[in-house]
Amino acid sequence: MMRAIPLILGLMWSGAAAAQGIDDAVTTFRLDNGMDVVVIEDRRVPVVQHMVWYRAGSADEPVGQSGVAHFLEHLLFKATETMESGELSATVAANGGRDNAFTSWDYTAYFQRVAADRLDLMMRMEADRMVNIRLTERDIVTERQVIIEERNQRVENNPRALFSEQMNAAQYLNHRYGVPIIGWMHEMETLDMEDALSFYRTHYAPNNAILIVSGDVDPEEVRRLAEIHYGPIPANPGVPERLRSTEPPQTAERRLVFRDARVAQPYVSRSYLAPERDPGAQDKAAALTILAEILGGGTTSYLVEKLQFDAQVAVYAGAFYRGISLDDTTFDLVVVPAPGVTLQQAEDAMDAALAQFIEDGVDPEQLERIKMQLRASEIYARDNAEGIAQRYGSALTSGLTVQDVQDWPRVLQAVTAEDIVEAARAVLRREASVTGWLMQAEEAMQ
Amino acid sequence: MMVRFLAACLAALLALPAWAGVNIREITSPGGISAWLVEDHSIPFVALELRFRGGTSLDAPGKRGATYLMSALLEEGAGDLDARAYARALESLAASISYDASDDDISVSARFLTENRDQAVSLLRLALIEPRFDADAVERVRQQVLSGLRSDLADPNDIASAAFARMAYGDHPYGSDGKGTLESVAALTRDDLVAAHRGALARDRLYVGAVGDITAEELGALVDALLGDLPATGTPIPGPAEVTIEGGVTVVPFDTPQSVAIFGHVGLPRDHPDFFPAFVMNQILGSGGFESRLMSEVREKRGLTYGVYSYLMPKDLAAVYLGSVASANDRMAEAIEVIRAEWARMATEGVTPEELEAAKTYLTGEYPLRFDGHGRIASIMTAMQMQELGIDYINTRNDKVNAVTLEDVRRVAAQVLKPENLHFVVVGQPAGL
Repeated sequence: MMRAIPLILGLMWSGAAAAQGIDDAVTTFRLDNGMDVVVIEDRRVPVVQHMVWYRAGSADEPVGQSGVAHFLEHLLFKATETMESGELSATVAANGGRDNAFTSWDYTAYFQRVAADRLDLMMRMEADRMVNIRLTERDIVTERQVIIEERNQRVENNPRALFSEQMNAAQYLNHRYGVPIIGWMHEMETLDMEDALSFYRTHYAPNNAILIVSGDVDPEEVRRLAEIHYGPIPANPGVPERLRSTEPPQTAERRLVFRDARVAQPYVSRSYLAPERDPGAQDKAAALTILAEILGGGTTSYLVEKLQFDAQVAVYAGAFYRGISLDDTTFDLVVVPAPGVTLQQAEDAMDAALAQFIEDGVDPEQLERIKMQLRASEIYARDNAEGIAQRYGSALTSGLTVQDVQDWPRVLQAVTAEDIVEAARAVLRREASVTGWLMQAEEAMQ
Repeated sequence: MMVRFLAACLAALLALPAWAGVNIREITSPGGISAWLVEDHSIPFVALELRFRGGTSLDAPGKRGATYLMSALLEEGAGDLDARAYARALESLAASISYDASDDDISVSARFLTENRDQAVSLLRLALIEPRFDADAVERVRQQVLSGLRSDLADPNDIASAAFARMAYGDHPYGSDGKGTLESVAALTRDDLVAAHRGALARDRLYVGAVGDITAEELGALVDALLGDLPATGTPIPGPAEVTIEGGVTVVPFDTPQSVAIFGHVGLPRDHPDFFPAFVMNQILGSGGFESRLMSEVREKRGLTYGVYSYLMPKDLAAVYLGSVASANDRMAEAIEVIRAEWARMATEGVTPEELEAAKTYLTGEYPLRFDGHGRIASIMTAMQMQELGIDYINTRNDKVNAVTLEDVRRVAAQVLKPENLHFVVVGQPAGL
């Protein structure tokens, strides 16, 4: 496999096992009803992870029903035509396995991890709930309370999460990424049976799903079982195209201050609207991925050097970029000021450092270290079949192809110092940014 | 990303298996250091786990937080390399090393590529044997620790844990935060850190696990080079903590919409003959699966919470039985009532044959799922050494689960679960408590 791995192998001894890359273990195909299948072989241990990813997340929700994608995810553990409420999880547990599910802006995914010889049973149950759920009003009322408590736990009880929601809402002027995945509380409180079932009927279908099976499995056996369990479910020709309202040109810098009595450590957060990885065109995203490492990826990163070593302005500085996204994503910076440093001073120091970086350009040695780590990460990744499954699932539900996933390590290695500075110039535009200050409530300040 | 059920997902992320495949060998290096090894040459890297028993409980009186700050400084400059030079050297090898300090140990989790393993091991050796504790690095990391402590003081979960620990363990080191206090951390000197380093990283409390692309002979040479120059003995480990908490409810007022509770009483030590029956019983009571009684009663039937859990926590110097739950301020009282009732029901009635069977199937089937990857296996087998479980434990553990009878569970539930001793620490503005 001529991908990133051999670049490293040049430096070391050869050997059949070591020459094997991640992609060698991946097989992909499509069922007749349009369901995509990815099989990742990892034969070291007799376990399988079975996942179904839907190309439907919170950004696909109807206006006014924020949180319904996640609500439905919870409800898929209730009854179906053939299973009682809770029976799926109980069956997984009774087979010594674990199960769970998760929802993001662009996808909802369900998984079980279990002994490899139970794959048939897992598929039967997962295929059943793709189209056969049977909800009661009591399910709706109780589970709505659960997701409200979940929001309480994750968001309402956490000023950093509340702040982050406000940042996001300000970043997106017109796109659903500005609405929290878990939903706004006032809309969550109104979610009902029809909202949940409508989302279900619209988006849950084999032609809108990706099956990912990783572990001790034979791709041909997976195909046979998938055809038995998922094959008979008819495609839904009515699955809508994912046309979302898009962002207009962003022309005004946004600033906000979030105050909360529970804030103990104030900080500055900055987000910029940024391009995501697009099929066949991942170079800009690759440059941004490396830019985030260079600016704020750890002890040797540029912002840490400037703000924590050269001057003691910050106790923490970091940069983040999430390239896997169906639509425009964000590039984020965080600076936590040192004692005695105001948020204004911290922000000014951050901006001065960013301007200096664009002037200085990239330290070639730092770039080489980062690329070395990226190459090594492909070796370490082979120890983690679940990580590879996650890589494929999130990419394929975010508009990317198998080829894009397999090209990605090479695209990263091809990024030049010039690409990175150009990406920084293009993305670090204040008019497309939000700057937020998380602060203590005024009455709490002396 | 919203996860339906957080704890299980985190566990799942850590897990995949190696059933009959976990073939552990004990080796002794030429220099006399013992290590457990799983040799696997399929991927060209090795995961190495080191544990030093004692951890933050070794802090000298008045020096709370010294061990924690010391462990955070190991990677901040060593030998001839200052913090930045050290970090660059490590990055250029694409090695990763992380350090952690808990009540019971300091752990070092590392992974090295085969192609440059010797260089990476030399860097780790520098950090363990010759950390610099440069003044600027101490100040920088001290401020990070203080920032974290300030955040903890305003986090309902941390407030609850700290209050519970204070009530449960009093003046024992377990009764206070190993990260220290704002005052104690501010007062720590370089000498304190040097003393903490000298006392904590010693060979008389060392446990080693390695998994991956390395032979027994290579590992022997590696551990001698890496650890041979550590002092032979370290600071004596303190004696056991007496668990002094009594039944009741303590409310810590905190203005937040959802109350958070930690609850518990005395538990069972890991080597207690009834540990396995208690472990299986807890699986049914509150391990966190949707089939557990607490989750079923508090979440699934009543929608009072997103998650409720109970767990046996046998630490080196004390054993407690703990639980946690979070619920809106106006619903916490009901959640606590339901939890108490379930605690009492289990103590008096035990479990049904169906519940016991389901728990056993789950626990024995789930066990192999934990052996997910080199780092995870290295961590598990190092913990096994610390708990003195024996090198064949992995092969006998499921038999111990399967040997638990209905009568064992009934007897142990009645002995261990004491609803009247259960203390709830609630942080928030709970109504009716």
